[in-house]
Amino acid sequence: MTTDNQHDLITDICTRYGNDKGRMLDILTAVQERLRCIDETSMHTIADTIGCSRIEVEGVVTFYSFFSVERKGDITIRLCDDIVDRFAGMKEISMIFEEELGIKLGQTSDDGRFSIDHAACIGMCDQAPAALINDVVITSLTPESARDIAQKLKTGTPPQELLNSVGDGNNAHELIRAMVNNNIRRFGEVLFDDANTGKGLKQALHQSPQDIIEQVIESGLRGCGGAGFPTGRKWSMAANTPATERYVICNADEGEPGTFKDRVLLTERAELVIEGMTIAARAIASTQGIIYLRGEYAYLKPYLEACLQSQRDSNFLGKNIGNVDGFDFDIRIQLGAGAYICGEESSLISSCEGLRGEPKNRPPYPVEKGYLDCPTLVNNVETFACIARIIERGAQWFNSIGTDDSSGTKLISISGDCDRPGVYELPYGTTVHELLKLAGAEQAAAVQVGGPSGQMIDPTAYGRKICFEDLPTGGAIIVFGSHRNILEIVEYYLDFFISESCGYCTPCRVGNVFLKERIGKIRKGFAELMDLDYLRELSNTVIQTSRCGLGQTSPKPVISSMDNFPLVYSALLKEHPDGMRASFDIQKTLEESRHLAKRRSHIFDTSYDN
Amino acid sequence: MTTETTITFTIDGQTIEGRAGQSIMDAADQAGIYIPRLCDVEGLHPQGSCRVCTVKANGRSTASCTQPIEEGLEVENETRELRNYRRDLVRMLFHEGNHLCPICEASGNCELQAMAYRLGITQASKFPYLQPVRPLDASHPDIALDTNRCIRCGRCIRASKDIDGKHVFGYVGRGIEKQVGVNGSKLSKTNVSIEDYAISPDVCPVGCIIRKGEGFKTPIGARKYDQSIIGTDKKQPGN
Repeated sequence: MTTDNQHDLITDICTRYGNDKGRMLDILTAVQERLRCIDETSMHTIADTIGCSRIEVEGVVTFYSFFSVERKGDITIRLCDDIVDRFAGMKEISMIFEEELGIKLGQTSDDGRFSIDHAACIGMCDQAPAALINDVVITSLTPESARDIAQKLKTGTPPQELLNSVGDGNNAHELIRAMVNNNIRRFGEVLFDDANTGKGLKQALHQSPQDIIEQVIESGLRGCGGAGFPTGRKWSMAANTPATERYVICNADEGEPGTFKDRVLLTERAELVIEGMTIAARAIASTQGIIYLRGEYAYLKPYLEACLQSQRDSNFLGKNIGNVDGFDFDIRIQLGAGAYICGEESSLISSCEGLRGEPKNRPPYPVEKGYLDCPTLVNNVETFACIARIIERGAQWFNSIGTDDSSGTKLISISGDCDRPGVYELPYGTTVHELLKLAGAEQAAAVQVGGPSGQMIDPTAYGRKICFEDLPTGGAIIVFGSHRNILEIVEYYLDFFISESCGYCTPCRVGNVFLKERIGKIRKGFAELMDLDYLRELSNTVIQTSRCGLGQTSPKPVISSMDNFPLVYSALLKEHPDGMRASFDIQKTLEESRHLAKRRSHIFDTSYDN
Repeated sequence: MTTETTITFTIDGQTIEGRAGQSIMDAADQAGIYIPRLCDVEGLHPQGSCRVCTVKANGRSTASCTQPIEEGLEVENETRELRNYRRDLVRMLFHEGNHLCPICEASGNCELQAMAYRLGITQASKFPYLQPVRPLDASHPDIALDTNRCIRCGRCIRASKDIDGKHVFGYVGRGIEKQVGVNGSKLSKTNVSIEDYAISPDVCPVGCIIRKGEGFKTPIGARKYDQSIIGTDKKQPGN
């Protein structure tokens, strides 16, 4: 492409987004897609066109893993590097792609046709190993299918034509056509009970905003993304902050490794989610909403756009919704670009504003000052879907399901070493044991509840309940059999947090690297008892001083594995009666000296006698 | 707002008065109580990134530079627990970069070094050294950047943006790879000037931003923190 052409292409893209700096993510996504990189020249052009400095553009480009300064292949293969995928054989798959395409992981072929990269969890753990080939999701890879795909790609088959079959439910919809499966194993009474009815919104049209908020409070609904903040309270704070505009944002940046339930909801219950957002708009007097869809789920975007359009066509979105004068609300989809941290609500807002996805200082909280400094309500996909049902069937109905402090059902994503991985809708209060029985994983040796930022429990704790009073979770349950290495899992999760930390604050940026170093030392057998104290103290500093939830939870794999699997650690620790440090190998250290001095040691080489 | 509401709270048991909207740190500064800090400096917007100013407010740890005061708030500052956190954080900053005090021009004026002394970090560290390979940018005639010493405090970024109105610096990358970049392929390609506030000795707390031709103007031994421990020169109450 000539420089002039490139310049025109970029300015056209910028124009499409109104030369608005706030739409930087969309602009960069489009440029990356067309040019396969955002190089120095592109950054300059973008900066000049939208009116910001080049360094600001570079800051955003280098923040998100889907953007690159170096040119990526026309076909970019992203192999999911989650622990579940690793255990399902991703290493072999990866070698096959490398061998067939003649490039190593992280490289781009000389002809510019292919790149192979790793991706953090792409939300397909129940059908691992999985990969993204450009936007196309490939699931349940085997060495044979991987070789077949690589060979087809070499002969010029476009990624979309690689699919031999499509998945269940709406995955077969003409606007999705993905080989992804929903794997819904249990249809509960709230979310999967019925198709999308629109009844909730119809009810809400005749209720006052205050009434709606009171019902949400009464329902006892708590945020389904993991943190569990009472939804009604959040809504009333957003409604009560004086403002001329407020925003409703749906957090569909499902990035916690092992979670994929929002993907299934968006595939099967998109209208319910949109309905919940529209009810929220009525409750807090908002006219604009955003669905922040993680970049890994880009394949769902055309379908979701169509759902929004059909809601507009039925007068459930747009102007004078349901013929209620002055009830205007519309939603746009903001595509993410590969950053786990953007699941944190203030980072998500930064990202929607076209900035680096870094958390904002709190207070002020997003409900007071969020997107574009306006009060902003950010709720999870599942939370919005529950809202629609609550307004449809009543707060008391919802409240009667679950436990005292955790109302309703919870969508659980189960993956790992189990016979029936997939999505289960279960009432809060279900025990881990019941869950494992349903999923065919009664022999589980360890269960990671709530993904890496949750906790790893051992079989003595399987009687514990999934609810906020006991074991809270955003929905990820990862099962590990007795043949798995606990410390390999812990080390992997630390790797995940290291690569997903935004780097804003010192403890999370640096502390996680230190934690991983020491876990590595333990795995190699160079550690001693004092290393456990070190890990605990360092974990505590990271938890106590980190700025956002990522750093405040990242040491949890270390802490919970030490608490619940102490024998795994003690088996690897060394005692050294000679007073030497376990990490210090005198013979190894002497080796270099022996070589240089061309003689052996008088003291340490006992056989030395001449 | 024209009326100023006075807020009363405590730091380590001592009663302090501040204005509504003030951060714990600002109110503490005004009362002559020092809270250790690195990324925050007078005249720039607080960023809350180094976390050295972590205090406990009603038992919860928070960065005092960004946390507003509240009526009756009980703040802990000089406690053993917080001192340990701060030591860990300062050590992390030393270990993520390449800090060689004996050969650094900033020695004695360096806030990182001074903070280490204040916190009593005198022994060998328990943390591993990451020893990153970082570039030196000496392309500009008046200014050099030794990024080995950068602690990602972002003071230069805020100074350039908010005071100089220039955007010479900005964050790039993320996680442990996060760094301060310049608005061009190298410093000489930017519109930076030695006259910029961002380049003044008050802004960079370490020896990353180097003003060429000024090295060792003040001899070692007569420098800012050779004379007094950091934080002991705070303003008197009421100023």
